[in-house]
Amino acid sequence: PVQAKATAAANDQVAEASLTDGLLVGAAEADTAPAGLRFGLGRAAMPEEISAWDVKIMPDGTGLPAGSGNALDGEPLFEENCAVCHGSFAEGVDNWPKLAGGDGTLAAKDPLKTVGSYWPYLSTVWDYVHRSMPFGNAQSLTPDEVYAITAYILYSNDLIDDDFELSPETWNEVEMPNADGFIVDDRADTEYTEWRTDEPCMENCKPEPVKITMRATVLDVTPDQAGDEAPADAAEEMNHSNDAATVQPTDEAAADEAPAAATEAVDEAAADAGADMGAPDPELVAAGEKIFKKCKACHQVGEGAKNKSGPQLNGVVGRDIAAVDGFKYSNAMQDLPGDWTHEALAAFLAKPKDYVKGTKMSFAGLKKDDDIEAVIAYLQSYP
Amino acid sequence: AGPDPLITEVQPWASGFGDGVDVTPYGLPIRFEGDVIRRNVEWLTADTISSINFTPIHALDGTITPTGCAFERHHSGAIELAKDDYRLMINGLVDQPLVFTYEDLERFPREQHVYFCECAANTGMEWAGAQLNGAQFTHGMIHNMEYTGVPLRTLLAEAGLDAAGELKDKWVYVEGADASSNGRSIPMEKAMDDVLVAFKANGEALRKEHGYPVRLVVPGWEGNMWVKWLRRIEVTNAAVESREETSKYTDTLADGTSRKWTWVMDAKSVVTSPSPQSPIKHGPGPLVITGMAWSGHGKVTRVDVSKDGGMTWETARIAQDGANKALVRFYLDTTWDGEDWLLQSRAIDDTGYVQPTKAQLREVRGENSIYHNNCIQTWHVKANGEAENVEVS
Repeated sequence: PVQAKATAAANDQVAEASLTDGLLVGAAEADTAPAGLRFGLGRAAMPEEISAWDVKIMPDGTGLPAGSGNALDGEPLFEENCAVCHGSFAEGVDNWPKLAGGDGTLAAKDPLKTVGSYWPYLSTVWDYVHRSMPFGNAQSLTPDEVYAITAYILYSNDLIDDDFELSPETWNEVEMPNADGFIVDDRADTEYTEWRTDEPCMENCKPEPVKITMRATVLDVTPDQAGDEAPADAAEEMNHSNDAATVQPTDEAAADEAPAAATEAVDEAAADAGADMGAPDPELVAAGEKIFKKCKACHQVGEGAKNKSGPQLNGVVGRDIAAVDGFKYSNAMQDLPGDWTHEALAAFLAKPKDYVKGTKMSFAGLKKDDDIEAVIAYLQSYP
Repeated sequence: AGPDPLITEVQPWASGFGDGVDVTPYGLPIRFEGDVIRRNVEWLTADTISSINFTPIHALDGTITPTGCAFERHHSGAIELAKDDYRLMINGLVDQPLVFTYEDLERFPREQHVYFCECAANTGMEWAGAQLNGAQFTHGMIHNMEYTGVPLRTLLAEAGLDAAGELKDKWVYVEGADASSNGRSIPMEKAMDDVLVAFKANGEALRKEHGYPVRLVVPGWEGNMWVKWLRRIEVTNAAVESREETSKYTDTLADGTSRKWTWVMDAKSVVTSPSPQSPIKHGPGPLVITGMAWSGHGKVTRVDVSKDGGMTWETARIAQDGANKALVRFYLDTTWDGEDWLLQSRAIDDTGYVQPTKAQLREVRGENSIYHNNCIQTWHVKANGEAENVEVS
């Protein structure tokens, strides 16, 4: 007996039900139908399904899973997963969000809104890192890793000590500096009362003469014009819209994602691929494509690839080092002689900062030789 | 000048064939209109995956935005989610948590409405001064479509709200299926009023970039709440305070405090032609000034136009009676003698709200609000017919 009186009329009744009634649904009173079911559509959500999707954290910490982490644990995780966009000290790279600093700037001309200076609730940080980061590989971090990374962000904002163990038990000990910095929309009192008027002014509405006080062409930041570069302060102002955050997947997570068969193929192929610069092994290329997810936040490859925070990588295997037009390489990279030989790429990918001291690429490096071979094979497939 | 050869000579299109009916199973605009496209501003964001593009409003007329050039805003890219893989969960303070398939949604009674969707950051780059030279870039984070969908209240009733008790202090938390999730808290009063769970726009399935197969439509409220790829609706007893309602989409005032829960998009208008991307090319004489106006509070009842930077105003003609929380098109049929104009428009809605100047807004909010800039826009129309984005005294 699932069906209540499922008619369009019933729907209208819902529409008309007032909030103050508290009782919205006529069918809820019907003894023959399960409470609330009106059309009998849909099915019951199972507890496992609800817990898989309902991962929200309320401001008081309700919803937090068991686990813990401190900033010391968080530092290497942040370096590996987050620093490529947010900087090693959460200070932000290029146009990516800055997560630390900005204390006391909210009333300044250009406020710096970070977790420390602006975010009112710690739950938001934990939830967002857990749910939507790393950029391009969301929902890959374990709860302990999220606690640790969250702790590192707090530590970077001088809000906790480096050994403070963040967990559901210690949650309420963290104070967010701007927790009281918000008011609920007050436009009704501060604006609407002024700007709702019977008859707006039609003549002699302001002192003559009306003068132009600012022109857009002075800034010259509109697309489709010569010189598409924004002046630094204009770009700085735009940081509000740059509300993405990027991080890279952990080695472990990416490796887990590669099917076992592909991983084995990598092993085999890597064994005999050696320094061969011929046509790459398709299976190795496929394995490399998965690993390349780590790189995608900053690098594009393939048709129409453009420079992002890193240069586009078409034809990178074998090409001149620092050769992509229009990309601002670090001085260190520009000064490096030679080509990206297979050998040079492998060494760079293993430990970027050791191989090119001063590189802008903040990626920590690929730990496994197999992964390096696979990525090179993948890149080679875009000559 | 002699007779026009376009008239006196037989043209190829008057002699040979055009395309057959099997050439274009699903069409795009003719190639001569190839510049009427969405554009993005590269320096605005670090990456196009989490970014925004702009509707070419300077080149459009009427009120319905063609779907293919309606602005997009994603926080983790436009995902591909098949109808077969689509699930919508309702949980939280409901009598029976439910899961719907796409097919289930099409079996509930449907409604149709035209609504505008405006990003809260529309015109946000203009707070500190005139910056972008084109209506597309200053006002193009908006589109206006006809939606078909199921009222959210119908789905909530299906799950049953007895468990929620007193509804007026309850909330609905909505989130998407993409990696950003873009969760937002909506007060129950709005959820029970006019929010739609939509699956069609302008008569056809939603486009991928607009949330295929199902998105939320939150009439009159900021675009960020119109969650795309909608996957979960939870009845809660408080706002979740997600990233998109705390660190973003909050409006910082001059003293450093910030407004939150600033959902409604206030009345606003802009002249779309003439404008920087749509200069006057025909010289002095008859001229149609046109633009669009909208209000999240209800209907736009009147639009005034000023040619002298706000000294004097004349009332424009609204092409068609305004619908609730939808765009109206206005025209001022006038004459231009080649003089300089400081061209402005101001919208007035059925609550009596008059679109404010930027000076009025700054006086209350300062220059750091980022969002909800609904100020009167000024175009400087010059003797050569070109127009520039300017600020005036």
